[in-house]
Formats: sequence, structure tokens, C-alpha cells
Amino acid sequence: MIPYLPHTEAERDRMLQAIKVASVDELFDDIPQDVRADAALFVQKGLSEAETLSHVVELAKLNRALIPFLGMGSYDRIIPAAVASLSSLPAFVTAYTPYQPEISQGLLQAIFEYQTMMCELTGMDVSNASLYDGWSAAAEAASMMLASKRKSSTVLVSDTVHPFMIEVLQTWAKGTDVLIRIIKTTGGSFTITSLEGTLQDSVAGLIVQNPNRYGIVEDYSSLSELLHQNGCQLAISSDPVSLALYKSQAEWGADIAFGDTQPLGLPISFGGPSCGYLAVRKEMMRKMPGRIVGQSVDNRGNRAFVLTLQAREQHIKRERATSNICSNQALAALTTTIHLSLIGWEGLAEAARQSIAKAKYLADALTSIGGMELAWKQPYWCEFTLRFSSRELMERMLDNLKQSGILGGVRLACLTGNPDDNNLLVVAVTEKRSKAELDAYIEIARRSAL
Amino acid sequence: MIEPLVFELSRCARRGYDYPSCDVPQVDVPVALKRMKAAALPELSELDVVRHFSRLSNRTFGVDYGVYPLGSCTMKYNPKINEKTASLEAFTHIHPLQDSDTVQGALKLMYRLLEALSTVTGMSWGSLQPSAGAHGEYTGLKIIKAYHLANNQGHRNRVIVPVSAHGTNPASAALNGFEIVEVATDERGLIDLTSLDALLDDRIAAIMLTNPNTLGLFERDIVLIANKVHQAGGLLYYDGANLNAIMGMARPKDMGFDVVHLNLHKTFSTPHGGGGPGAGPVLVSKPLVPYLPKPDIVCVDGTYRFDWDSSLSIGKVAGFWGNFLVLVRAYTYIVRMGLHGLREASRHAVLNANYLLAKLEDLLDHPYGNFCMHEFVLSAQSLKDETGVSALDIAKGLLDCNYHPPTIYFPLIVHEAMMFEPTESESMENLDILADTLRMLIQTARTDVAVLKRAPEHTVIGRVDEVLAAKSPVLRYVRKETTEG
Ligand SMILES: Cc1ncc(COP(=O)(O)O)c(C=O)c1O
Repeated sequence: MIPYLPHTEAERDRMLQAIKVASVDELFDDIPQDVRADAALFVQKGLSEAETLSHVVELAKLNRALIPFLGMGSYDRIIPAAVASLSSLPAFVTAYTPYQPEISQGLLQAIFEYQTMMCELTGMDVSNASLYDGWSAAAEAASMMLASKRKSSTVLVSDTVHPFMIEVLQTWAKGTDVLIRIIKTTGGSFTITSLEGTLQDSVAGLIVQNPNRYGIVEDYSSLSELLHQNGCQLAISSDPVSLALYKSQAEWGADIAFGDTQPLGLPISFGGPSCGYLAVRKEMMRKMPGRIVGQSVDNRGNRAFVLTLQAREQHIKRERATSNICSNQALAALTTTIHLSLIGWEGLAEAARQSIAKAKYLADALTSIGGMELAWKQPYWCEFTLRFSSRELMERMLDNLKQSGILGGVRLACLTGNPDDNNLLVVAVTEKRSKAELDAYIEIARRSAL
Repeated sequence: MIEPLVFELSRCARRGYDYPSCDVPQVDVPVALKRMKAAALPELSELDVVRHFSRLSNRTFGVDYGVYPLGSCTMKYNPKINEKTASLEAFTHIHPLQDSDTVQGALKLMYRLLEALSTVTGMSWGSLQPSAGAHGEYTGLKIIKAYHLANNQGHRNRVIVPVSAHGTNPASAALNGFEIVEVATDERGLIDLTSLDALLDDRIAAIMLTNPNTLGLFERDIVLIANKVHQAGGLLYYDGANLNAIMGMARPKDMGFDVVHLNLHKTFSTPHGGGGPGAGPVLVSKPLVPYLPKPDIVCVDGTYRFDWDSSLSIGKVAGFWGNFLVLVRAYTYIVRMGLHGLREASRHAVLNANYLLAKLEDLLDHPYGNFCMHEFVLSAQSLKDETGVSALDIAKGLLDCNYHPPTIYFPLIVHEAMMFEPTESESMENLDILADTLRMLIQTARTDVAVLKRAPEHTVIGRVDEVLAAKSPVLRYVRKETTEG
């Protein structure tokens, strides 16, 4: 049996008769002989469903799901059980982009709710329906800033953003006229003084990340004013959970807010799928990339939701579209919407509060051991960076932790390739980590430092 | 009947979820950094949330509910085993930055998936990082650009796309700083070779094609086209949106393509999720392998790891390694089907499309071709001239009969286009009933136009005022009681 093909032999014959051909092969007559695939390459038979499952389970067993104190863009947070049940409802899973609003109201409404939630969290006026991830959102943000300022060609990026964000932006700019200029900072966080002498006419804006790559919460006082005075825009990427406690992008005066909703209901899943969010001030609405759902009315006078402002998009504007995005991360955005509906503002704030409390508990204990200290003195949130007195100590501790089923942190140098980062470890603590897990970490660290 | 917004269902101080109580001391947020304004998120019980989203799901049509012949999108059945494997804890609970010795299963799965996709396309190797088809196009063209630059061909700044191409093709090319030039379609519905010849010079970086093309026709001159483009120093890009027609029958590499993207959410049965997440792996021929995104996945003595050491690589195109759980689904599908099964899937997709075409051919205009591959494009132009009923009206009529309509008004070169792609998943009787339904609707067009102009009437809402939506955009909910957002 060939899986998932409903055709019986008799039906196949009747279908061929109706088409007036003798064989299925005849339907492929347009394919020239010289490009026909060698059928011998395609003889391998599939497995039964049960065998397929065992096969994939065997592969899965080669992974070790450990207790992660790893963050840097992917966070292991508590997810209510109802999130998975609802986000796996078959209609949500097996629909496509809601081109036909009359039979897609549920999906359209959920995305409208998502857009509203993203506006609420960021404080911005309008949100799109999702982007691939927080990093491609950075490229879209850069692209919007460039489109907003005539003759601009440069986007400034703080060197405290996630190293992968810099890489994705550099790839994006490669081979085009766009220049990504990295703003060098010292001391672990972006400060307004590091912009000195950089705000030329060609600069469209600045991208920063808060909390930054080290987990430090950056202070952007007077930043948006300075940028705006120089005709530049400000784009801030934020972990959405941090927005429960710290100033939102709008409160810092940003023009563009973006990031990734993975920490809102999406499992870590080896890094994907996650979901990029992007929200902007009203004036930038028609420069936004991607799908947007709007409210309207139907011909019966009912409230109705529909994909809108499509004149920005590739299927209409083609090479002049604001972006090339077509499929986005709809189901991931829906999952985030369900998650936020369940936990509410109070739950989000609770998760964030617990995370920073637990992070501080761990950081305080680890830095009292000796051999490791906070790399920077500024306030951090649920992620902090340790500087070890030696690489050997760091590796010994990580090894010992791993043997006890704990992933102790992200070696920053592995992401940046920068030897200055060799002794730096970025540790993330979420509300999901129990005190027992924290104490186990501390105990092993203590032993490793002996 | 409308479903209230989740915000309208909210009741002050209601709770839907409780976190474990905090067992470490609380800490304060520095005032200067503190958020001032709370976000107005809904306050609901768990059951409120469950009912709300269940009702929303009832107001959404998916493949699991009925025939979804949306051309170019390959809405095939999404096997449940894919969902099961993608929800295994050993996949969902691994962190992207774990040491490679703790994620050997994930890496091996990705490696094997790349091997299988290389076999299906004939390509040498690839990257699983791109998140969707358009993202794959962006990546592939970036590779082409890097290749030309490395070979002192940086002046090649033009990309050829057919007038019938999907909008993402020119948009992705523009994103890479290319100038777009269009090649015409001839009366056969295929690339116009004279038009192509006129475009081929040393400004050409690449041509982007999908084969079969968006009319559902196989570009028979593909080898000739490939030779011409290669001779002019250009490369060939294959938009894999239509691969479901040819798996095991013809391979993009053998046709002369240099770069391919695939849409795993189309051809490889991972669900579309209401518009994503999908996955858009990119595969390339040997000379282009060094330019693939970082990191590569390598296998040394049976051990898998990421390899970041590629000096020519275009770099990263996404945060981590791709939409991993989508990759798990596609891999599961490939194991389940076997390469033989993939070939059979394509053969039956083409059989189904031709069967449906045979049943519909006398109802609507069929401007191009005789047989088709996995999809075909009809035109409602004559019907519209005769009755005033448009492709849109027929589509809306189908909604009342519990169908998702075909793709309409694409490709742009066919007026009143209706693009049908039944996929291999549908049985003969499903296609018979669909054809009968269309016959009935077209009869209605001739007898009672108003019925179709009013359609749909049996859906939860009627036709939506799209002009209003775009003219006075309402893109978020604003609470009524308060004046501010
Ligand atoms: C021919 C063609 N090319 C490209 C795409 C873009 O793919 P995706 O939506 O996965 O980005 C599509 C999808 O609709 C398509 O039909």
C-alpha cells in the first residue's frame, strides 16, 4: 500500500479512461526523455506507520532533554496544558493563509487578537500578523527604517544585540547597497555616548536589544529624542516576557518594536518554530511587511475580519512590495495568543517576576563562590553573564552540571567567535526552574570551584 | 452570529492559570527601567479560553474539513503521525544551543532530511534554515549573488522572471538588490524563447522558474533554456512550489537548475498552520555548496555536528537552525512514504489533476495546454462575458457548498483565472462531487445570477467589505469604555 493515496486499481483505470489516456505515464509525456529521473533511484519503499514511529522515536532517543539554564533567544518557560490542546485543533493546523474570509473568520479573528496583544505589550499602535522569527524581524525593521528616510543607506546596530541578529543583518545587507554599521560599546551595555559622530545623513536608524545579549537591561533615556533630532528612527527588540516588568518599546520612544514570541507559549524545540513580532507607530502602518488583519463589516452588517492593506504585499506589488514574505508563522502567533489569553497580564508579570527573582538567587550564590563574577555591574533580568577566572573552571563546571543533567549556560564565545568572550557564560533562569534545580546548580558549581 | 473578541469576554480579576508560588526572595525592578503602563490582556478562566478558541476553530476551514484545491499551495493531507513525532519531548524539549553530543538525534534527522531532499532534487547539498518558500528564494538568490561576486561577475544585476511567476519571485530578487526583467509566455503557455533570447546578456545573474510552471504545464524546452542561460553566464533558480508534480519523475538538477528551494509545507505534507510555520530548505549544485548559509551540518565518523568554518558562506539567514519541528514532520513523511511513495504521490497528483480537468474542461475556458501536470488554470472570462458571473462569484458559491475554492486571479496572465490543484489526497468520488458542484454553480450563473452575487449565504459571515478595511484600517481592538488605547 502507498500511504495516503485513496485510489483503488479500478478507480485509476476509470480515471485514465475519462482522461482518454492509456497510462499514467502518458500524462508525463511533456517531460523530455533526457531529463527523466532514473526510476531506480526511487524504489525504496516506505515504512508502516508503526515502524515509522519507532524509527523516529529511536532518533529522538539520541537527544538528551536536560534541564536548561540556556537562553540567548530561546527560553524554557512554563506553558499551560490548554495551549497545546487548542493550538492543535485540526482547523487551525490544516488551514492556509485566510484568503477566503467567510470560511476563515476564526483564524482571522485570532490573528486580530494577536495583533492587539502585541500592540498592548509593546505600547505601539499597529502590529502585523507575524514574521519568521525575531531575527528576520530585525531585517524587516531595518528595511522599514531605510524606506522611511530618503537617500539613507546605513543602519546602526549596537554590538550588544544577540550575535545572531548581527549575522542575519549582515547576510541581509550582503550584495546590496545597505551598510550595517556596528556601534562599539564598552562595559556591557549600549549608551548614548557610543553614538557620537555616527548620525550622518545616510543613517536611517538604530537597532538595539533590551534586555541585551548579556541579559542587561539597557537604559535608553534621551535616546529616541537624539535620534529623531537627527532624522533617524529607533527600533528596539525585546523579549516579550521582559515587557511585563521593564519599559516597553513605546515607553522608550521607539518607532519600531520587534522580537520573538517564542517565550510566550512556544516550546524551545531546538530553536524553531518561533515567531517574529513587529509593531510600529501608526505613521509607519503602510510600510509594514507581511500579512495584516483588519476589521470590517460583511454584507449582512456583521463585524468581520479580513486580510487588509494588501497593496503593500508581494502578490500585488511584486518587486516593489515592502517585503517578500508570503507564508509567515501563523500557527505560532495563534499559540502565543492562546498562551497570553490563559495567563493574562498578571500571569505574565508573575512569570517575569519569578524569573528575575530566581536569576538573582542563582547569580548571588554563584558569585559568592569565588572564581566567577558578574561580567558587568548593570542591572540584569532573568539572564546574566558570568566571567570565570579561567576557562578551565568554566568547562569543569559545565561538565559536572551536564553529568547531573543540567545545561549550565551558553558559552558566549561559541556564538561570537570573539576571544574576549572566552571566559563568559550566559545563564538564563526562568520561572520553570525550581529552587531545587537552582540549589543543585549552586552545589555543583561550588564543588567545581574547589 | 459573531464570536466576541477575547478582550470582550474578559472579566476583571478572573484568572485562567496559576504559577507555582515563588520559593526565592522577590527582587525589585529599578525605577528608571520600570514599565509604567500595564498591558490590557484579557482576564479569563481556562474554560472561557478553551471555548473561545474552540469556537474560533469551528469558524475556520482546513484540509481536515473538506476539499481544498487551492492551486500552487498543495493542500494535501497532513498525516497525523507527523504531529505525533513532532510532539515527542526529546524534540520539543531540546535547546538550540545545547552541546552537539546531547542532540545527536536532531542533527541526524536534519542530516538525513537533507540527504533525502538532495536525492529528490538531484542537488549536492543544502540548508534547512529558511522558514518558508519566500525565505528560501531570498537565501537562494543571496547565494547566486555571492557566487557571481566571487567569480568577478558582480556586474550581473538582473534576474529574469516569467510574467506568470509568483509575486514572491520578483520580491525576493528585489530584496537582493537585483533588477527584475520579465520574460513573456508564448501561446503554448511556456517560456517565449524569442523573448528570452532578447534578455540574455552579461547583465543576467539568474532566471527564476518553477517547473511545471504556474499554468501547470511542464516547460518542455527546459534543457534548451538552461543551456542558453548558462551560456550567457547566468544561473537557474528553481521555485519548488510545484515539485509535487514531478517527484521521482524528473529532477531539477537534471533539468539544469543550480539552486532549488522546496516548500516542506506543500510537497512534504507538513501542515500549513493557517499560513505557517512552513520550511523552505535551499539545495544547490556542487559549485554553489560553499556559499550555503552557516552553519552546515556534518557527519564525521557517525557523529553529527554543526560546522561554522565556511569562509564563502553567505552567513546566517535565521536565528537558529530552521523551523525544526516542521523538519521533523517532513522527515517523518519521507520515511513513511519512501522514495517510491513520493514518486507515487506525484503520479497520483498528476492523475487527479488531469481527471478533474477532463471533467471541467467543457465548463470554463482552458486557455493553455491539453493535459496538465499537478494543477491547471481555467478562465471564467467567457462565463463572465456571458453572465456577469466572475471567478470570484464562483469561488464564493463554492464556499456555500463546503469547499475551499481554487486559487483565483493568479497567475496574472490569465483573466478570471481559477487554478485547481486537487493533490493526490483526494479520491475519485471527491473529485466527481467537486466537478458536479461546479457544474451546478455554472448552471446557476446562467439561470440566477443573483444567487452567486449574494453568495456565500451559509457561512458564518457574508462577503466582507475589503475597501472599507483598507480605507479606514482597524487593526487592533480598542476598549470601548476608555478613550485611550
Ligand atoms: C509558485 C510559488 N512560489 C513561491 C511561493 C512562496 O512560498 P511561501 O508561502 O512558503 O513563502 C508560493 C506560495 O504560495 C508559490 O505558490
